[in-house]
Amino acid sequence: MEGGSEERGSRGTGVSPVIPPPTPSSRPPMLTLKSVQAGYGPLTVLKGISLHVRPGEVVTLIGGNGAGKSTTLRTICGLLPVRRGVLEFDGQELNRLSPERIVSLGLVLVPEGRRVFSSLSVTANLELGSYHRTDKAQVRRDLEDLRERFPLLRERAAQPAGTLSGGEQQMLAICRALMAKPRLLMLDEPSMGLAPRIVRQVYGILSDLKARGTTLLLIEQNARAALKLADRGYVMETGRIILDGAAAELRDDPEVQRAYLGKGYREVWE
Amino acid sequence: MEAYILHLSIMAGIYIILTVSLNLIIGYAGQVSLGHAAFFGLGAYVSALTSLNWGLPFPAALVLAMLFAGACGLGLGLPTLRLKEDYLAIVTLGFGVIVDLIMVNLTITGGPDGLVGIPAPVIFGLSFRPPVRYLALVLLTVGFTLLVVHRLVHSYHGRALRAIRDHEVTAQVMGVNTPAYKVMIFTLAAALAGAAGSLYAHYITFINPESFGLHTSILVLSMVILGGMGSLAGSVVGAMTLAVLPELLRRAQAYQDLIYGALLIVLLIWRPQGLLGGGKLSLKFLRKKE
Repeated sequence: MEGGSEERGSRGTGVSPVIPPPTPSSRPPMLTLKSVQAGYGPLTVLKGISLHVRPGEVVTLIGGNGAGKSTTLRTICGLLPVRRGVLEFDGQELNRLSPERIVSLGLVLVPEGRRVFSSLSVTANLELGSYHRTDKAQVRRDLEDLRERFPLLRERAAQPAGTLSGGEQQMLAICRALMAKPRLLMLDEPSMGLAPRIVRQVYGILSDLKARGTTLLLIEQNARAALKLADRGYVMETGRIILDGAAAELRDDPEVQRAYLGKGYREVWE
Repeated sequence: MEAYILHLSIMAGIYIILTVSLNLIIGYAGQVSLGHAAFFGLGAYVSALTSLNWGLPFPAALVLAMLFAGACGLGLGLPTLRLKEDYLAIVTLGFGVIVDLIMVNLTITGGPDGLVGIPAPVIFGLSFRPPVRYLALVLLTVGFTLLVVHRLVHSYHGRALRAIRDHEVTAQVMGVNTPAYKVMIFTLAAALAGAAGSLYAHYITFINPESFGLHTSILVLSMVILGGMGSLAGSVVGAMTLAVLPELLRRAQAYQDLIYGALLIVLLIWRPQGLLGGGKLSLKFLRKKE
């Protein structure tokens, strides 16, 4: 359902569909942040972030605790106001839009820590993903599609989401976001708190999404897993982007290897 | 004796409306309100004043009471529902105190003496002065309230509400307009409490600010918690229990408050989710016993 969603979306907004060039890297960016500043109260967490995501790309934002990764996502989602700079999606400025308006443009977040609605059933969680959509017939088809791909969603349909295991909850959170028909899917630390084997499963889902052409913006502390999946990456430190480049380059960068990849160690799940 | 049981039933019915409306705010939208009696009082006063001063018929007074209480709910909700739980508790508590002070100090409300001689409802020439008929009227309103709330919480909107209760920010990033929902629920709950106030005023025919103070807010809150947050059947049971329990304990005279308090504590230790809270949990509880 997410493959080719950007063509569908652009028809919906009245922009004539652009014939997609062969590689993602040559397309114009869909999401652009230009020197964005944001923060909480007196605290400025983002001290001028510039980044972009092109259609069909998988971009990762890596960095340690408190670097401002989650704040970046919260700002893109409209949960935090942009204090300085410009936030653009398809040439439209997002700076003053409400979170629900931003979702309806196709910017969808999978929140940190597998935030499923624990007292709601699995199906109700999925239906909340499609909350803002009005194409009800297509919503039903998308739900069926997802249930084909993830039989668990059908087996556990009526079960409260809070009773699923951690990995299952993460899968449900991703599927719920897919029900929102994302043009850009943002994930906040999808590997957090999961066992290595489950992390591998979650990344399996993500690489499947990538293969279907879904555009992803992935935030991770697990830099190794993220850089393996991503096309490009940005490295964040204390509210600034200190490094960016192709994922393969970042993987080989000595500084990234030292600080984020634990050079000399092998991940147990490899 | 029969008249006494009728009286208790009518009061229980009025409390059911109050409890269900407060449960909307607490159990379904996940917000806190410690000033629910204020809306009850506003409804009672508006209904009484429009009947006494303008000679409005009961149905019109009831509708005005609901509109006025609802408008006050909207006015309070718009600026305050973005506050987090404990702050919201303080704001609603303060609102209750302010409304109480206004009732005590205005001339039109009769000050601390309140209003007397509120006429019994007459609808299409039929007087509802006899308690049996009044009970029918109250039960009708209870039924209407339960129907409206049941349909609301089991709709598309109800799901959005439960999502807000489970995790507000996540609901927001799924595209749920959480501030709008919270304000809508608060307004609806205030209007329903206003209806309860109108029914109360025309039944007792005498109102004063004492009936609408903090202790009433707390009583209704206890009814919600006892019955179970987010359970409509629980609200009915909770309201009936706490409306009737003090009467049953009347024989114990001096120990009444003691037994009443102890019972509440025991219940909340035994079932912190309330008597009927979390439908699935109570089923599991039954199964375990089998």
